[in-house]
Amino acid sequence: MVTDTNKPAPANWWRWFDPRQRDIGTWAFILNRITAIGLTIYLFLHLVVLYQLSQGPDAYDGFLELAKSPIIVIGELLVVIAAIYHGLNGIRIGLTTFTDTSPFQRAIFYVFTFITIVGSLIFAVRMFTA
Amino acid sequence: MSNQIWMVTFRIFRKKGNLKPYFEDFEMEVKPGEYLLEAIERIWAYKDRSLTFAHACHHSTCGACGMRVNGKEKLTCITLIKDVVKDGGTVKVEPLRNFPVVSDLVVDIGKLYLNLESVGHHPVVSVVEEPYQDGIAAGRGSEADYIRLSDCIECGMCISACPVATTTSTYLGPAALAGAMQASLNPDNGVLKLVDCADGVWRCHSAYECSEVCPSYVEPGRKIMQLRRKVMAERIKSIFRSNN
Repeated sequence: MVTDTNKPAPANWWRWFDPRQRDIGTWAFILNRITAIGLTIYLFLHLVVLYQLSQGPDAYDGFLELAKSPIIVIGELLVVIAAIYHGLNGIRIGLTTFTDTSPFQRAIFYVFTFITIVGSLIFAVRMFTA
Repeated sequence: MSNQIWMVTFRIFRKKGNLKPYFEDFEMEVKPGEYLLEAIERIWAYKDRSLTFAHACHHSTCGACGMRVNGKEKLTCITLIKDVVKDGGTVKVEPLRNFPVVSDLVVDIGKLYLNLESVGHHPVVSVVEEPYQDGIAAGRGSEADYIRLSDCIECGMCISACPVATTTSTYLGPAALAGAMQASLNPDNGVLKLVDCADGVWRCHSAYECSEVCPSYVEPGRKIMQLRRKVMAERIKSIFRSNN
């Protein structure tokens, strides 16, 4: 018995992340999902780190040292990029839902992606030159 | 230009019964200005009579020949070969997504019709009669509301393109929700309550793939958003009604 993978099924969830032959709207949807997962993981890590900081001065100093490492700085930059994109795409979805702007959803995506890139570059320059 | 002959490989999805699906290549001489459906018909006529595909009108009215061409939903009767492949190239033809495969390129889109009926949208109604069905009086809503939605040819391509429909079989889907938008022009039929649920108007994730592939410019994505606003307005009104 061969399963018909063409039928809708929860097991097909990975297809949400398949951008091939998809249009801008799905790219926005995929990026929205990825940034949402990333921000959720970050929130969890943030709470873990906050708990670690409460363990005394040595733990605090140790974290500050760790926070200066390039990997952590790059991670923080990714969080900033995800937050800017996710927030702006949320505005895009809100706009197209509450106003009759869905015919312009592509243009809105391009504008907000441009803002995300510019904002990310500004943050990157400030973070790596501080 | 019109006498030009191209050699094109058609990589076609094959599936029969419970056998494992596979792709089969057919090399064909074609004219670049031919429509894709004509080439598929010739493959059936001259290469393999067991090839199964759906078609009827050949002029984008019946919606039967919707397939995925190089991964993208297309009505093959209006898709020119030169628009999807080059001389010596390969074009991939698959059935629509999110519907069970009956055989080869044929899918069962029965659920689409059931969903359209469940929201009170009647697919087979003459355009002239459409504004007056179900007691909708002339003058309610603008004329454009009716005409645009009457263009839906029930091809199922919007559901095939919808990323949400990939995982949720109970989702009403773009075509039915666009139909619900039309049905909601009659405020007494309760359709707004019907679509105000997790598998209705709120399941859409605003990817707008449905509007991108719709061959009739129905813009189902836009209609879903309009329906959302109506549902929200109805909810707000109901708060004040219950307070009185």
